Amino acid sequence: MMKNKADEEDYWNSSKFKAFTFDDEDDEFSRLKESKRAVNSIRPLVDEDDDEEEVEKVSWSGEPVGSISWSVNETAASNQRTDREPAFPKINTDTTSISKSHSGYSLSALFKGETHRCILGKDNTLSGDWSPEETVQRMQQGKAVSLEKFRSLQDKLLLLDYAVSAHDGNVITAPLWDLFVFPEVLFRELTDRQTALRHFIHYLTESKDQRLLLELLRYLPLSTPGLPLLQYKEHLGIADENKRRDFLKSCLSLPFSPEDSVHVEDHYTLLERQIIIEATDGHAERGGKQEIFQKFPRKASILNMPLITTLYYCCFYHYTESEGTYSSPLNIRQTFKLSEKQFFVTALAARAKLKAWPDVDALFTSRNWLGFTRKKSPLSFQRVVDVLHKNSAPTQVLQDYVALVDDAELRITLAQKHKCHDIVINTYRDLKDRQQLLGYRAKMARGSAEERKINELLNNSVRKKILSVSLPVCLSVCLCVCLSVCLPVCLSVCLPVSLTC
Amino acid sequence: MAHSARTDCPELPDFFLLKRLARDQLIYLLEQLPGKKDLFIEADLMSPLDRIANVSTLKQHEVDKLYKVEYKPIVSTSDQLCFLIRPRIQTVKWIYVANADKATGRFRRYKIIFTPQKFYACDAVLEEQGIIGDVTTDEWSFYLLPLDDDIISLELPEFFRDNFLAGDQRWVRTAGSALHLLHSLYGPFSKVYGIGRCSKMAYESWREQVEEGEQKARQAEIGKVFLIDRDVDFVTPLCSQVVYEGLVDDIFKIKCACVEFGPDVTSSDKSIKVMLNSQDRVFNEIRNEHFSNVFGFLSQKARNLQTSYDKRRGMDIKQMKTFVSEELKGLKQEHRLLSLHIGACESIMKKKTKQDFQELLKTEHSLLEGFEIRESISFIEEHINRQVSMIESLRLLCLLSITENGKSSFFLCSYGVDHLLTFANLRQLGLLVEQQPGETLTVMESKVGKLVNDRTGGKLSDAFSSLAKKSNFRALSRKLNLVPKSDEEYDLRVPRDMAYIFSGAYVPLSCKLIEQVLERDGWTGLEEVTRLLNGHEFAVTGYGADSKAKNDAQRIILVMFLGGCTFSEISALRFLGREKPSMLFLLTIWLMETPRVSVTLISSIF
Repeated sequence: MMKNKADEEDYWNSSKFKAFTFDDEDDEFSRLKESKRAVNSIRPLVDEDDDEEEVEKVSWSGEPVGSISWSVNETAASNQRTDREPAFPKINTDTTSISKSHSGYSLSALFKGETHRCILGKDNTLSGDWSPEETVQRMQQGKAVSLEKFRSLQDKLLLLDYAVSAHDGNVITAPLWDLFVFPEVLFRELTDRQTALRHFIHYLTESKDQRLLLELLRYLPLSTPGLPLLQYKEHLGIADENKRRDFLKSCLSLPFSPEDSVHVEDHYTLLERQIIIEATDGHAERGGKQEIFQKFPRKASILNMPLITTLYYCCFYHYTESEGTYSSPLNIRQTFKLSEKQFFVTALAARAKLKAWPDVDALFTSRNWLGFTRKKSPLSFQRVVDVLHKNSAPTQVLQDYVALVDDAELRITLAQKHKCHDIVINTYRDLKDRQQLLGYRAKMARGSAEERKINELLNNSVRKKILSVSLPVCLSVCLCVCLSVCLPVCLSVCLPVSLTC
Repeated sequence: MAHSARTDCPELPDFFLLKRLARDQLIYLLEQLPGKKDLFIEADLMSPLDRIANVSTLKQHEVDKLYKVEYKPIVSTSDQLCFLIRPRIQTVKWIYVANADKATGRFRRYKIIFTPQKFYACDAVLEEQGIIGDVTTDEWSFYLLPLDDDIISLELPEFFRDNFLAGDQRWVRTAGSALHLLHSLYGPFSKVYGIGRCSKMAYESWREQVEEGEQKARQAEIGKVFLIDRDVDFVTPLCSQVVYEGLVDDIFKIKCACVEFGPDVTSSDKSIKVMLNSQDRVFNEIRNEHFSNVFGFLSQKARNLQTSYDKRRGMDIKQMKTFVSEELKGLKQEHRLLSLHIGACESIMKKKTKQDFQELLKTEHSLLEGFEIRESISFIEEHINRQVSMIESLRLLCLLSITENGKSSFFLCSYGVDHLLTFANLRQLGLLVEQQPGETLTVMESKVGKLVNDRTGGKLSDAFSSLAKKSNFRALSRKLNLVPKSDEEYDLRVPRDMAYIFSGAYVPLSCKLIEQVLERDGWTGLEEVTRLLNGHEFAVTGYGADSKAKNDAQRIILVMFLGGCTFSEISALRFLGREKPSMLFLLTIWLMETPRVSVTLISSIF
């Protein structure tokens, strides 16, 4: 963690962008505030009421309406054909070649319903004998066509294939209804036509035709991707929790991907448990015996809540329960194999909300076998402070955790943000940063304990400084004195000796 | 007449014509039902309609009362009912009034106007309800709504979902028709470039319509066209926006170039609606700026304003009179705009500091750079565990999975197993992807990949099912140089490339592609890039590619984002247009009601 933070610091300091921060204390922001004050101060001399409209309608309006017939004629004219060939070439839109698919079904059996339709377009003329390709083209242009001509299954499918190759979703759906009459055939043919199939599914979903959709799904091979999920989706429409649970149970056997199937199983287990917890707690709340429900009435039912929310709920109302009960947080953690971090963050938030500070404290305490305790956290203490702050922890509590942030600069930032003055002062003291201390003193209230403390520190440090300055001086003076005294003596002693030698 | 050739290019084409055409056609359709009638309008058509015609225009054409189309009994007493709706099955089903009237023996005339076109599926619904003869239908081909001098929108929020998720191609023809409309009004185009399956289909549909219709010889106002599918670049819309307009959209939701500022911005007790376009002088100057520059600009403006007001001190009566008549009004308007945008800035700051924005940005940048992945993963994991904003979590997860790889099970724990369905959808779209190391990556890259994988201790390995599409972001990023070198200082005040819209950390892939293709006049030399993007690229030449067409219009390029684009991308393209006036002058189109792709994408999926 230490290294990470160093890296983070490094990242920001070495970063290529100018260190612009979305931070309250930022200079830019105070500049903004100043501008606002400036602008607001000029407010009184501006009369407001007359041009309120101006801002609301910086309008686009202008020219008067042209004649309707002109405009309509213009558009009509642009629809007329010309002989000129455009220069833009046709590009390959990966059109699959149209296969004339053959079906083994007897046609007379297929069309006993004799449902035919014609699609009427802008002009209601129905003359002409168009090929499937021309029909599709006409449909694209919104012109009248008759689909009556396409009666055999092959014809209908051919029409569908041309529609698909024209890439016009609107036209693709049209021949599909004609094939509606025989779901089995339609569904079977669609499995080979993925584009048409997707259009059909989308159409059914949009028109909320659940019955037909489910029927369609029944015909699709089980290997169709997303199919089990589509079925699983059904549960969203079931309001009754017991029915929903039973439905989820029935989903367990669907061929999900291995990962999904774990999640669906978790979903079932969770709902089952929520139903039990809800029943018990609802009873307890109404009974009025348990203090916690009186003090903090439940805001909503726990049914259908996500796992982490459930864990939070249990940490809130059932924190101390033994691992044997369904509602015990530890049991939930065990059953759903939650990570340490997940559990920790949730428990922290829940206990902080209740202002159960001893519990919060206990979360961090790790004892080794010698009985020593120290505070440990799977989360950076910066984040811990954030969680506690969001749950409105008082400064006294916050400062314990701010103090545990390793990085000095980060610690100071957090301490300033949360007004933990002691920590700021102590950190500056440790950093021996006189200037910052002076600056910080200016921000403190006159005569406050903090100011006194800073004064004391500053005085102390001055004294220390004098000491630290004076000591070497003394020493060197001493040394000089010593030398100057000793040397001549030595010399005077030595010289004669050497000379005598 | 209005088509008369413009010689003052490269001034942008006058899109007012589009509005006029739409309005005139609507009036024509209303007149088709003579006499007094009540008009029922689909909810999300109201804002676009407001930009086209106002109530008095409608009243002039005998529209009596206006209603919203809803699923409830109709209270209108009018004998003629007109419905103006999108071709949605759901909405058509809501119009069961004809049957209700039949039951009570009441006779009325009903008309449904579909816009921009009617689908056969709608007819089927009417037929199913047995009212196809009682109701007349019509089409209002209102394809394009100009939102600003350089932005036109198709206002089809469902385009993205229908096309990319459901695989329904019903809007392909619509996109083609929209292009056709622009072609016949502002064309002929000399060149069309594009990438993506839907772009290709839209091009084909447009080409067919051109063949069907007539092309008048006239001087072009738009030279080139670039079509791009949204799914070519999902990374860009997943990044947090830090350009002013993007942030305003993030926080206040810009709808139809209009935004509603709440009481916290207006510092009064009421909200006000403001048009955000180039006519708002203050906004126009800051919309494309990185947020960090906006404060400086606003303070400067505030100071200038103060000075201008101060001028009036010491004026004599005559001077005062000219001041009041000439300057005061402008100053007052500027004053109002300034205080609004300052209020908006404050509100943005407040929201963003609350949600750990700095760290979020850092994580995004790390992911884009492929740097400190482990820290980013742990940040995202904690973000999820704490059940902080689900949309943000999902956005980060998608970004992680496209750039690196991801893990979904934490997400399901925090936000509910139901989101298995969300994941299936995201995978279908290619927003959640599984990287397949070795297959597309170079040796060096797979080595790095291994390092990353080893370091994170198998955390990455058990990710998603094999359904997912591949993403080659890392390789693309290197090929196109999307992430600028991090050792250089990036001055956001003087942006040197499009990366400024993401604080200098990333050049949007979509815009880089557009730039490259236009510079090369085609895809030559980008073969490796298109392979990594799964192909579907094209570049075709049309009319007037010969020498005589070398006029200013060739510098005007229409960019069509099929499936929507973000304000950041618009800013990036505007920057490109300013930087390279010799060849680019960009015009952006988006096809989605809201360009907040990342958010809409994700939230609309459940």
